[in-house]
Amino acid sequence: MSERASKPDEERNADPGSGSASTAGDDGERPGTYGEYGGQYVPEALMPAIEELDDVYERYVLENDEGFMDDFEARIRDFGGRPTPLQHAEQLSERYDFEVYLKREDLLHGGAHKLNNALGQCLLAKYMDKERIVAETGAGQHGTATAMAAAHLGLDCEIYMGERDIRRQRPNVFRMRLNGAQVNPVEAGRGTLKEAISETMRDWATTVEDTHYVIGSVVGPHPFPAMVRDFHRVIAEEIREQSIEKFDALPTSVVACAGGGSNTMGAFAAFTDSEDSAVGLVAVEAGGSSLSVDEDRGVAPNSASLSTGSEGVLHGARTKLLQDGYGQIMESHSISSGLDYAGVGPELANLVDTGRVRAVAVDDDRALEGFHRLSQEEGIIPALETAHAIAWLDEADSAEVGERVVLNVSGRGDKDLESALEETAKRDLDIAPDMHVFDAQAMTDSDEVAETNGQDVNEGAQ
Amino acid sequence: MSTIREAFADEPAFLPYLAVGDPDAEASVEYIEALERGGADVIELGLPFSEPIAEGPTIQSAVVRSLEGGMTPTKFFETVSRLTVDVPLVCMTYYNLIYRFGEEGGPKPFVERAAAVGIEGLVVPDLPAEEADPLREACDTYGLDLVFIVAPTTRGERLERIMDRVSGYVYVQARLGVTGARADVSTRTTESLDRLAEWDVPKAVGFGIKTGEHAREVIAAGADGVIVGSALVDLIAEGHNDGDSTAEVADRLEAKARELKGGALEGAGIEAEVEAENGGEPGARPERK
Repeated sequence: MSERASKPDEERNADPGSGSASTAGDDGERPGTYGEYGGQYVPEALMPAIEELDDVYERYVLENDEGFMDDFEARIRDFGGRPTPLQHAEQLSERYDFEVYLKREDLLHGGAHKLNNALGQCLLAKYMDKERIVAETGAGQHGTATAMAAAHLGLDCEIYMGERDIRRQRPNVFRMRLNGAQVNPVEAGRGTLKEAISETMRDWATTVEDTHYVIGSVVGPHPFPAMVRDFHRVIAEEIREQSIEKFDALPTSVVACAGGGSNTMGAFAAFTDSEDSAVGLVAVEAGGSSLSVDEDRGVAPNSASLSTGSEGVLHGARTKLLQDGYGQIMESHSISSGLDYAGVGPELANLVDTGRVRAVAVDDDRALEGFHRLSQEEGIIPALETAHAIAWLDEADSAEVGERVVLNVSGRGDKDLESALEETAKRDLDIAPDMHVFDAQAMTDSDEVAETNGQDVNEGAQ
Repeated sequence: MSTIREAFADEPAFLPYLAVGDPDAEASVEYIEALERGGADVIELGLPFSEPIAEGPTIQSAVVRSLEGGMTPTKFFETVSRLTVDVPLVCMTYYNLIYRFGEEGGPKPFVERAAAVGIEGLVVPDLPAEEADPLREACDTYGLDLVFIVAPTTRGERLERIMDRVSGYVYVQARLGVTGARADVSTRTTESLDRLAEWDVPKAVGFGIKTGEHAREVIAAGADGVIVGSALVDLIAEGHNDGDSTAEVADRLEAKARELKGGALEGAGIEAEVEAENGGEPGARPERK
């Protein structure tokens, strides 16, 4: 038997099997747990900051201390442009045997729902007297929103972004720089969201005393999953109100794409209570190229942790993960950087386990079809993340989703144009327009000429 | 008294860390033996996890080399079971590998297997006291020590929560941030040691210790041991990159270990008289500058 530093706990030593209830707390569940999921699995150096954050979350966000939430609501309206519209999608409604309504989060300032959380957390940092913001970003939407919010509030801002994502989402890198943020490339692993989160946690562990970590999704240690959900809850509340205004009823289903799950939880948050159980909630994950996994190589060619993952601990929370038999985290894949993550928010994982949320997956090819469909039929170029949810409508059964489906358009696709066209060119999609009208070959040629000229100059200088 | 605790009983302890499997298991066995020859009192064996959020670039790279070399928890245990060293061994890894090991879920199968191959303690950098009770129980069941990290930011109730659960030694994090060799020893080390002055458990300081001189300073500041990882892992990485033989790298590790252990002893030498007055109990030393 090992010895304790002081006052060995006799009860525990007397009966090693009796203490398992302590994980759930003496009087019920520990705060920040969702069934089996959630918790606070972070290095000790961060725990004091997490505890402080938990306090200010309760005071400012839940109790509106110092009028914090009023301040937030005024800013997200004036700076962010809320409320966003709920729009009847006429062509899609004609196409399917249910009515489709689009919750236009792509119209929020920055072009995605991400500002809700980024502005909320930056404002909280301000109330906490922190001077510096760090954040990770995958598709660059959260980084962009955080850079905007930090500039708006006069905070220093550094963004960590995987180098692969920097290549995939260059326009967003420029936007962050324009807003005055420093963008730090992360080279570890595959250079995507997972590595960016790890690296941001390392920064925070060093700078925690004057820095707040604006995590970009409903992931991480408590209170992040709850707090990020609460800043996005406005999406669901507006859906509720606007649905009643528009068709005098609640939606029969709400559909949202799910990576970490922030737009998903935001769109679902006002419907998860039991009295709303008639509202179907569908989380559409990235099926990548295949739902199978290669355990030997530690690669999952998808990001469908809700559909295919297993329980484990990553980035501060117990949740569903893509991992091998030993618990090593797998490299995920998705055509959309924003869904390309091996984990998912713990609350969403629990809602899927309890059956309240239905998790489905859409693969890369069909997501691209969804991207083109919304662009052509509704005049809205969606983010590749959102495109997964749009594509899923094609297989939605009206008997299941009901008559009025609200789809959360989590973001716009401007950031994705380059990769969407590149990926389209690799495939034979009936729906895709012929992009050769732009004489792409000639454009490529002129690029090459420019590059060659550049090299000549360099060589000449040597 | 656990053998880990005994390792601190007579003189300041030197606790080297390396990532097992960096660059392969055979080399690790030789390196571990070299560290023992160089004066290690406890050896921290890193079991590589794919998301080492508490590690700086040096150990991240070691983790990558080890994982690319095919290291798994099963191979880790096999490697440890082949070791013939006499000093106590502590496994340092992240909670998901502990949680996921074996069929039944939860930490018990991992701890059982660790105990079976001769591991006597665990350090889990992403497991704060709040989440540690299931692992603490498993460690009690199989007789393992569970080491906790105390950070420069740890205060008040958090210290008590850790004190109630820690055994073996307390890992005093010398500075904020991630692991990695630094050019100086943080003044915050002294402050942290002061906060723990009353704790009846050996205090081992880690994060940033690189030279014998650092080790001397840390021990002189009141620590009972020094933990050194990145400075040793750097030697392994350099040797690996330069194509040096395992034996050459092992010699360098042994020499570095001697330097660090020597520094630690020197740090205690200054205190030898005071030590005797206080009965030489680890952890019972008065606060001093």
